[in-house]
Amino acid sequence: MIEVHPLVIFIASIFTSNMIFSNFLGMCSFIAVSKEIPTAIGLGIAVTAVLTFTTILNYFVYWYIVVPFNLEYLMYIIFILVIAAFVQLLEMVLERYLSSLYYALGIFLPLITVNCAILGVSLFMVSRQYNFIQTVFFAAGSGIGWALAITAMAGIRSRLSEKSIPEGLRGTPITLIITGIMALAFIGFSGMVQIQ
Amino acid sequence: MSTIISTTVIFSILAAILALILTLADRTIGNYGEVKLTINDDKDYVVDGGNSLLSTLISQKIFIPSACGGKGSCGYCKVTVKEGGGPVLATELPWLSKEELDNNVRLSCQCKVKQNIKIEIPEELFNVKEYSTSVSKMEQLTNTIKHLRFDLGEEEINFKPGQYVQLKAPAYEGSPDEVYRAYSVASSVNDKHAIELLIGYTGGIATTYVHQYLKEGDKVHINGPYGEFYYHEDDGGPIIFAGAGTGMAPIISILQYMADNQIQRKALFFFGAKSMDDLFLIDKLNTFEKTLYDFKFIPTLSREESTEWTGERGRVPASIDKYIEKGVNYSAYLCGSPAMIDSIVEALLAKDIPLEKIYYDKF
Repeated sequence: MIEVHPLVIFIASIFTSNMIFSNFLGMCSFIAVSKEIPTAIGLGIAVTAVLTFTTILNYFVYWYIVVPFNLEYLMYIIFILVIAAFVQLLEMVLERYLSSLYYALGIFLPLITVNCAILGVSLFMVSRQYNFIQTVFFAAGSGIGWALAITAMAGIRSRLSEKSIPEGLRGTPITLIITGIMALAFIGFSGMVQIQ
Repeated sequence: MSTIISTTVIFSILAAILALILTLADRTIGNYGEVKLTINDDKDYVVDGGNSLLSTLISQKIFIPSACGGKGSCGYCKVTVKEGGGPVLATELPWLSKEELDNNVRLSCQCKVKQNIKIEIPEELFNVKEYSTSVSKMEQLTNTIKHLRFDLGEEEINFKPGQYVQLKAPAYEGSPDEVYRAYSVASSVNDKHAIELLIGYTGGIATTYVHQYLKEGDKVHINGPYGEFYYHEDDGGPIIFAGAGTGMAPIISILQYMADNQIQRKALFFFGAKSMDDLFLIDKLNTFEKTLYDFKFIPTLSREESTEWTGERGRVPASIDKYIEKGVNYSAYLCGSPAMIDSIVEALLAKDIPLEKIYYDKF
């Protein structure tokens, strides 16, 4: 295992190894749901929660089921299975006990299942051989980083909506260009901390 | 070999555990117990909570028109939810107008039954049933139109002349999901143990199924009847019928009704087609001309070049302009494509026929 302080991993996963700006993971919902700040924040929180819990679950599944039985080659499918089941469970719990949040998230909640940032974090956890504490901080940091990115993008896009943008660039193209520029800006953080 | 077996076993156990957790959650967290469903303030049902309103109603044998089968992609299954529907979902908004939102109209396939709920549906929907039928006759009328007869067996259907039913096209090669499509009934209301439909080939999912896969003797599910387009007894005065293609179906049913009940109303039927090859059921219509009180069939062909054709040429609105005089209390029944109906409505309004006397079925 690599000896990196969990707090370093936490900070790095928010800024220097941001899921969106340095790994380009979880782009679909990042582009689709970044039109308005309130929904972006809602989805950001949901992704952070799902990401943290599923990564912790996947940590135990990996070290206590996958490794002892030599099932590494089935890792992807097992992780996806755990994520899908967890999201399903979360959906039922929210619908019953927090129905206002359930209705606010609407269709985006089941879509979290296929958010590749969530699978990505579980896979990084394996490839970087994090221990339990590191995993928790890494997952929470990645989630917060993703939420930060989508909220920032929603802020920019809500301002852009009143500006005249050339027709061919409206919508997704301009969002991808802005994502690129933001990613460049995030390189500025790279001197701060480094993991990988 | 042992690796394969152990892998399969471990993986199955893992999947089974997850499935078990979800099943338990569904039984506990997702279990809303029994709730009371009140329809039109007078009918109470005790149902299991947690399902969509549409499937809850189907479990009580009440069929709401739905073309997509509950995916929220057709917008047909609207009902008024007076109490207990919860907030309107984002998946419903594209289908609801401002007025419908104000009147608590919801898509029943999206709205979940989680507490006691009060809804309103048209009384006629209590008459809607699902029938398992078999194709007893299939006849090619023109290049694209088939005349089908479905045998209902012991079951009986009660409908008003002009109403439609929904036919279920099952999944077939190239179409993975079953779909429901609406077709007007072309048979007589007295023919209670069968339904006849005219189905034109458009290349769509259901028409492809009917034209390329369905054979005589096959089993088909049909539910109905539905629709606000039907013969109005109390209007009085002469009637204008107008239609094109399979839009002839409900009109045939209405004409048959008028013949069976010896209704003494003058009637004109303007039928639009391209050429003589597109005309069908001419014998039946000629019989109606003889048996009905005062009925005239006026086919109008838009692209017939042959000099053999001695009837009307051009478009239907032009024929209406020619045959219909102002100041008569006509009522009109139209069935056809939206573009055709719009042009005919315009021609009828020009003859001072009020809009509330014009009944139409756009498809």
